[in-house]
Amino acid sequence: MVNRIVTGAHYGLKDWLLQRLTATVMLVFTLVAVVRIAGAEPGYAGWAGVFAPDWMRAALFVFLLSVLYHAWIGVRDIYMDYIQPVGIRLTLHTLTVLALIAYAGWVIELVWSH
Amino acid sequence: MRFSVYRYNPDVDAKPYMQEYDIALDPTDKMLLDALIRLKSHDDTLAFRRSCREGVCGSDAMNINGRNGLACITTVAELGDHVTLRPIPGLPIIRDLIVDMTQFFKAYHAVKPYVINNDPAPETERLQSPEDRLELDGLYECILCACCSTSCPSFWWNPDKFLGPAALLQSYRFIADSRDQATNERLDDLEDPYKLFRCHSIMNCVDVCPKGLNPTRAIGKIKDIMIKRMV
Repeated sequence: MVNRIVTGAHYGLKDWLLQRLTATVMLVFTLVAVVRIAGAEPGYAGWAGVFAPDWMRAALFVFLLSVLYHAWIGVRDIYMDYIQPVGIRLTLHTLTVLALIAYAGWVIELVWSH
Repeated sequence: MRFSVYRYNPDVDAKPYMQEYDIALDPTDKMLLDALIRLKSHDDTLAFRRSCREGVCGSDAMNINGRNGLACITTVAELGDHVTLRPIPGLPIIRDLIVDMTQFFKAYHAVKPYVINNDPAPETERLQSPEDRLELDGLYECILCACCSTSCPSFWWNPDKFLGPAALLQSYRFIADSRDQATNERLDDLEDPYKLFRCHSIMNCVDVCPKGLNPTRAIGKIKDIMIKRMV
């Protein structure tokens, strides 16, 4: 393969935009969760009550998926900045995606299994 | 006044070193460039670029006490007693304070920094309304000194792929130009994880620009137009 600098993959805007949108989702959910936790009775029952309503579970689920997608873009940015060899970068991308998919499965179990 | 100056002559030196100078300045040596010229009169092996000596040509960009700037418009009075001078970081050193700007200008040329208009050339100039002309303020003043791009960590990590703040400011200068007809092609070209989206809004570029320009804002406006086009 020729050793040529190649750019022009024609993506980036959607990821950049989604990074901002997921950050907004995380911020809003965090504020809602803090307010609800502050108003809850101390102890396990109060804590569980915060996350009991279906809308709160749905919000928690969206929040956790946002965390995962936000993490994907952020970690990929770090690889692009600091990891120059393409083979190592591709391997790290793959491992990161697999880990995030596993986390997503775990998130589904945590939020919806009870 | 004490100066620590980065010295490297690849023909003679095995590796770069910092040379210390103690020199007495004349009362007329108001600017750092005056001091450098005084320094060179004591040691004519010292190499640096300079031309217009009034902040227009952008030749004498250097790292002054850890911060990129132009020697000709930096007053000696603001620098303290001990001044450390290094070349602008991230580009190959040719000699002493002189760097090889090839990579920087490659990025500049890559954004096609000229008006692209396929209409037949008019008999006089292509006119703009005063409002359209106002859009170019804060963009056309760039002197390509490279202070911004060489203070940008994203440019340090990917100088061959990330265009850098100077080239992106120029790209927006032509996207914003009402006479230009190549906005779509320009946006298509910038839709790239490296060329544009290595910018993480660190804003070192804004911090150091000797002309007070704001490349981060220009990059933001490019993203705004891309979003407008997409949604």
